Amino acid sequence: MFDKTLAELAEGLRKGDFSSVELTGAWLERIKTEDSKYNSYISVTEEQALEQAKAADAAIAAGTAGAFTGLPIAHKDLFCTQGVRTSCGSKMLDNFASPYDATVVAKFKQAGAVMLGKTNMDEFAMGSSNESSFYGPARNPWNTDCVPGGSSGGSGAAVAARLTPAATGSDTGGSIRQPAALCGITGLKPTYGRVSRYGMVAFASSLDQGGPMAHTAEDCAMMLNVMAGFDPMDSTCLDREVPDYTAALNEPLAGLKIGLPKEYFTETLDPQIAERVKAAVAEFEKLGATVKEVSLPNTELCIPSYYIIAPAEASSNLSRFDGVRYGYRCEEPKDLEDLYKRTRGEGFGAEVKRRIMVGTYALCAGYYDAYYNKAQQIRRLIQQDFIRVLDDVDVIMGPTTPHPAFKIGEKSNDPVSMYMEDIYTLSLNLAGLPGMSVPCGQVNGLPVGLQIIGNYFAESKLLNVAHQFQQATDWHQQAPAGI
Amino acid sequence: MEWEVVIGLEIHVQLSTTTKIFSGASTAFGAEPNTQACAVDLALPGTLPVFNENALRMAVMFGLAVNAEIGKRSVFERKNYFYPDLPKGYQTTQLAEPIVGPGYVDIETDDGVQRRVRLHHAHLEEDAGKSLHEDYHGMSGIDLNRAGTPLVEIVSEPDMRSSKEAAAYARKIHAIVTTLGICDGNMAEGSMRCDCNVSVRPKGQEEYGTRTELKNINSFRFIERAIDTEVARQIDLIEDGGTVVQETRLYDPDKNQTRSMRSKEDANDYRYFPCPDLLPVVIDDSYIEAIRETLPELPDARRERFIEEYKLSDYDAGVLSGYSAQADYYESVVKACGDAKLAANWVMGELAKHLNQNDTDIKHSPVSAEQLGGLLIRIKDNTISGNIAKKVFELMWSEGGTADEIIDAQGLKQVTDTGEIEKIVDDVIAKADKQVEQYKAAEPEKRGKMLGFFMGQVMKATGGKANPGAVNGILKKKLDALCD
Amino acid sequence: MSLDRSDVERIAHLARLQIDENDIPAYTENLSSILNLIDQMQQADTGNVAPLANPLDAVQRLRADEVTEPNQREQLQAVAPAVEDGLFLVPKVIE
Repeated sequence: MFDKTLAELAEGLRKGDFSSVELTGAWLERIKTEDSKYNSYISVTEEQALEQAKAADAAIAAGTAGAFTGLPIAHKDLFCTQGVRTSCGSKMLDNFASPYDATVVAKFKQAGAVMLGKTNMDEFAMGSSNESSFYGPARNPWNTDCVPGGSSGGSGAAVAARLTPAATGSDTGGSIRQPAALCGITGLKPTYGRVSRYGMVAFASSLDQGGPMAHTAEDCAMMLNVMAGFDPMDSTCLDREVPDYTAALNEPLAGLKIGLPKEYFTETLDPQIAERVKAAVAEFEKLGATVKEVSLPNTELCIPSYYIIAPAEASSNLSRFDGVRYGYRCEEPKDLEDLYKRTRGEGFGAEVKRRIMVGTYALCAGYYDAYYNKAQQIRRLIQQDFIRVLDDVDVIMGPTTPHPAFKIGEKSNDPVSMYMEDIYTLSLNLAGLPGMSVPCGQVNGLPVGLQIIGNYFAESKLLNVAHQFQQATDWHQQAPAGI
Repeated sequence: MEWEVVIGLEIHVQLSTTTKIFSGASTAFGAEPNTQACAVDLALPGTLPVFNENALRMAVMFGLAVNAEIGKRSVFERKNYFYPDLPKGYQTTQLAEPIVGPGYVDIETDDGVQRRVRLHHAHLEEDAGKSLHEDYHGMSGIDLNRAGTPLVEIVSEPDMRSSKEAAAYARKIHAIVTTLGICDGNMAEGSMRCDCNVSVRPKGQEEYGTRTELKNINSFRFIERAIDTEVARQIDLIEDGGTVVQETRLYDPDKNQTRSMRSKEDANDYRYFPCPDLLPVVIDDSYIEAIRETLPELPDARRERFIEEYKLSDYDAGVLSGYSAQADYYESVVKACGDAKLAANWVMGELAKHLNQNDTDIKHSPVSAEQLGGLLIRIKDNTISGNIAKKVFELMWSEGGTADEIIDAQGLKQVTDTGEIEKIVDDVIAKADKQVEQYKAAEPEKRGKMLGFFMGQVMKATGGKANPGAVNGILKKKLDALCD
Repeated sequence: MSLDRSDVERIAHLARLQIDENDIPAYTENLSSILNLIDQMQQADTGNVAPLANPLDAVQRLRADEVTEPNQREQLQAVAPAVEDGLFLVPKVIE
């Protein structure tokens, strides 16, 4: 059962092979016995899950079930869940039971999904390793000495360790794609504005986007069918038709034009990863695709531009955590300033404080033009690069990450080298484009991700391309040893 | 040395929308603390703003009313600072691209100084909550009902040269926003709040002196007083060899003093940047023109019309058109009684006096325009005299009722029946032997003055109801007959 | 761009973050190296390129002026650290 995809579980429910209560109970039991190895959950919502499963079974019996009814999933712990702790991996929100549901959470509830729990993450989604979580690092199921990636590291680890069939994630600079790559699963970051951000605790508002993490492209399509769509509560969410993302999965790829950016295949990239990615591309050629080299000349500028924009927005977004209306509050503040400084000093971890300070600095009056404004200009250059290339090819392919999963602790004292791990993923967030990571091989027993980048709102195309690859290969079916 | 005063005003106007600028919570005044502060207003994690269409419409109306350029693209920015009444840790406001660009208004002071005051711009922003300082075990209480109420901040150029001009400018803005119906104009409840930037310079000097900012002044009277006090302080300071420090000062109306606020506060760096949760607001000509179509008659135009149509003096027309509720009231009275001059005298006289004494806005006047109009009709048709009318008004104010009901019930109808008056006159003459003798003894040309006594007696006997013209004629006739 | 101790203290104050005295050297070093990374972008020629604040260049949508949020004080204040008489309590605010 634990190796089944969402699509297969849905089929089992429909056929009556098992009930949602049985399914949910089994997954909950597995979390209970296995998660101590991975630390992939922050909260397990057993009671609520079983209630939802019961309701789902009733709906199935009554014939009112939808495609997602009764399917268990987990939510990254930055999606607000009413009455359930929404910690963002931070001491600041350790005591915060959200009074409301995020739009994404409400949509899954409405679709009849069962929430198993809330997954571990880098604190406030700031990190690429899950090491900045207040709840300790999640571990990579392929090698528990290694990081699962971040910031949706808990979601990545939970899916890879078969502790949930699928999970939501959020992606500000690669936070879905990078852990998907490092954990050997499939993840999709949709076009900015495709999925509502309401109730998804903000890191960097103009970059954040929620998306699905699962074993297959087909499962991601099923989840995106639930998640995507207009939300009147989010000004940046677009009122645009939502197609059935499962509909185009089986389109043949003959004639598909793939671009390989030469800037992605340099000495920064682990040669073994380059090899796996090229092998994957060869697979696409077999499926009828044509491949050409393309250029994204401003690739290197992504990192500095991102590390201005994201911290700048974050420094402002995180000002609301002040110990007044919710969340952590320091003991016995002696005055207002003490309340603010100690609440925030004690409630936030080191990486969050670093980024708040970088962002604060970049927005200061004397530096705004040199930093923030310049970064937004570069952002447009990066976007123009992509628009030009995507005029010419259908999708861009490359590695998701320059290296496979690294050891826990290896980079935690060197933020800059950690930031470099995001070089291939950041640019999509800056441009607002959709991207996927799909398992395409292994290096030293650790998974490698192929990144597929498409045009605005071309999620159907991405899912189709990924699905066809998964029909031809079995990397996505491989499980870590002992699972 | 002769000094010149330089004043610029920043006026915050609360827009009378039903809901907040970025959330669907009510803006009604006076609710229980925090019952109108929703998840968005409380800045709960994950919440996001969505812009209120009515706030946009009202801001554009204001811009059109002050002859301003309207920003076809305006951008919300975040002004970052920490304060407990500011839940997000930033105020959403506009800076580089405001909704209303440069414009102007024309003002005139009580003593007839006319001036054009230029507006630098006006922008949309959200209001903060309130800190309540009653002692909660040494703590302050925070009420966020007001947080997120839409404001238009109207920033003038430093074009005013006296406290009277500043007050006249504030009155003009008040008249405009209330006429447009975009603000209730209630200064006591904080619907309109003024910050005054004040500096002085030697007359003839081009460069501005160092200015201070007087915060949150909530009446027109206090604008004048606060500025006068601050100007005197600055001049004394400079003449004593000191220098003015650029700072924020608070006016204390009880002591009639200004005092330094947050003087130790380190220079804040607000780290403005475009709010990434909101997108640029883009409007086109057709949107703007459709709003222009809906604009009501503005105070300047109304004033001109009052002069033209009702033949009012400049002064009367200015006062009556200066507050839209008053102007509306006045026009209703004119419509009811058909006498513009009489209506003006009563609205600016007896009514204004009562409203002032009872600290009541004309919108809540216990005497309606129709009631007052009915009363004025009875003055015009000689049913009652002006003096009796004041008595009727008094009763109307305190107990209600129409003029006719009160006149009837109290028997205040003027006596015009000459037979009845003759009887009373005879009676008065019969009882006043001494005065009659004096009258007879007086030179004929001095007798007129002596009628006053008899007149008083007749009025006393009739309770003031006798028609004064008729009494005068009959008295003269009868007394002169005695002299023959 | 290299920061010194006083820069870090000033930024921490603006951001209202208490930083342990002993951690300041590490923050100073980390922030300086991040700023060095960021400074790479100064080489880029951005000329008159318009800044891109939102990836879709979309425009603001408007909300109807209707009350959609009724009083939820009880629910919303259930997660507050200190509340009395419906007010959030904070150390005395001095103007």
